[in-house]
Amino acid sequence: MGLPLVGAFALLAVVGPWLAPYAPTAIDLAHDLEGPSRAHWLGTGDNGVDVLSVLLAGARLAGEVSVAAVLISVTVGVVLGGGAAFVGGRVDGWVARVTDAAQSFPSLIVNMAVLALATRPGVGHLIAALSITGWVGYARVARAEVLRLREREFVTAARALGASGSRVFFRHVLPNATGPLMVQATFGLGATVLAEASLSFLGLGPGASASWGALLDQGTAHLLQTPRLAVCAGVAITATVLGLNLTGDWLRDRLDPREG
Amino acid sequence: MKLAGYLLRRLASGALTVLAVATLCFVTLHALPGDPTDVLLDETAGPEAREALRHALHLDAPIASRYEIFLREAVFSGMGRSWAHPDRSAVAAVLEVWPHTAALAASAMLVAWVIAVPMALLAATRPGTRTDAAVGVASLLGMALPSLWVGPMLVLAFCVALPWLPFPGPDASGPASMVLPSLTLGAGMAGILTRMGRGALREVLREPYVQTARAKGLSEPVVLVKHALRSAMVPLLTVGGSQLSALLGGAVVTERIFDRVGLGSLFLDSLLRRDIPVVMACVVGVAVTVVLVQIAVDLAYAVVDPRIRVSA
Repeated sequence: MGLPLVGAFALLAVVGPWLAPYAPTAIDLAHDLEGPSRAHWLGTGDNGVDVLSVLLAGARLAGEVSVAAVLISVTVGVVLGGGAAFVGGRVDGWVARVTDAAQSFPSLIVNMAVLALATRPGVGHLIAALSITGWVGYARVARAEVLRLREREFVTAARALGASGSRVFFRHVLPNATGPLMVQATFGLGATVLAEASLSFLGLGPGASASWGALLDQGTAHLLQTPRLAVCAGVAITATVLGLNLTGDWLRDRLDPREG
Repeated sequence: MKLAGYLLRRLASGALTVLAVATLCFVTLHALPGDPTDVLLDETAGPEAREALRHALHLDAPIASRYEIFLREAVFSGMGRSWAHPDRSAVAAVLEVWPHTAALAASAMLVAWVIAVPMALLAATRPGTRTDAAVGVASLLGMALPSLWVGPMLVLAFCVALPWLPFPGPDASGPASMVLPSLTLGAGMAGILTRMGRGALREVLREPYVQTARAKGLSEPVVLVKHALRSAMVPLLTVGGSQLSALLGGAVVTERIFDRVGLGSLFLDSLLRRDIPVVMACVVGVAVTVVLVQIAVDLAYAVVDPRIRVSA
């Protein structure tokens, strides 16, 4: 159930913009907020923009932003959390304290602050804002995994054979921590899609590109005349997040039997 | 006496956390490019007016002395005056809207617990049945459905199709106007708590002391509520406490959906107006709330589970 949803989302994010019948920003004032027709399968939104094209462009944006933000967050999280746990001592104590403090503060508020202060927020700003808060979760998982693996026999054996610290970390410890990190990253993709939608909904998304959150914002404004806009955007967001969460559950059952 | 010492230690470390958050936020806000006077003054303002304003707001001072001013104002004058509305202090602006957001978050939390506990009991006592599966699907949906979509759909259902509740807007007030926002914000947390609660209860129900309670001839409701639910509460409280920051973040979105006054809208407006003192006051307000609730959650552990004692 999860994988087909994720597959459909990934496919549409990659090829969608080529399939889109119109540009997501093409204005057609004569056909403002019209119902579905042969020319516009899902109807039109504000200023006669084709809803289907907006949804497809939104999939591309959500895919781009979530994959990039999660990749950056995983890298930073693994280096900070995993590295600190591997080194141990005072460094580890400080990193643990910072991640605890960062986790207790609402990430959406930090994201909002970063985007609101950018004069003209673009896709890059969005990815940066989401990564600033995103690494925390991965740092915690990586730290827990490294602490668990650090004293295992095969790690001691590698050290006894004279392997350098970085070799032990990257070749022996890290590969054994990928399972839980992949599970976390799958849920993280879902959370990032949701966060991107929330930020665009609040009007802080990249103004130039079409997004699901911005479409939902339009839909809320026209809720009484045409609930269609809100329904379309909501179904797209929900299906994607649900698919990623189900895939995360499935991965956890397969890769991480401890938590099952 | 022991409790007083514990509380003092926790409050002191909480104050340090708040100071750290405030400092981090101060550095970020002041390191970012852009001149706040661009937004605060209109385009016709000349360079002298701009320079005068920069001087009045201490923007021309080096960052270290600005930080000193910030700390002094934080202690003595309500974190300084709002730049956009100089007639009131930043803290006053936050305190004015804080009760609205606190009420929303509290009622959302209430909604989540009221939904989650019976659902978890229902599913945990009937493992493998259709009821169990239905609760599982419902909790997963509760977690995946974005509140920014649930909100508008609830409005369509209960304010338009079935006009039982007042249409949202700044004029809507009273308990009836709280129903849909609390449901919207609480649904996700209800899903998480249900899942966790079911798992925790399943584990507790296998414990020998539950068997003993049953063997003593206690009725099933007493066994479930007094013996099983009580120890299942510990992991639930942990999750509930850790969800608080997500709840406060979600409140921003919920306030926007339902066009409500609150910390979220104040924060967003102040950010866009570059009203830095109010932005800082909002951040500090959120941090203080999170710290205080965390302490309350840790105290609640000791109440729920007498095996846990408050200590360092």
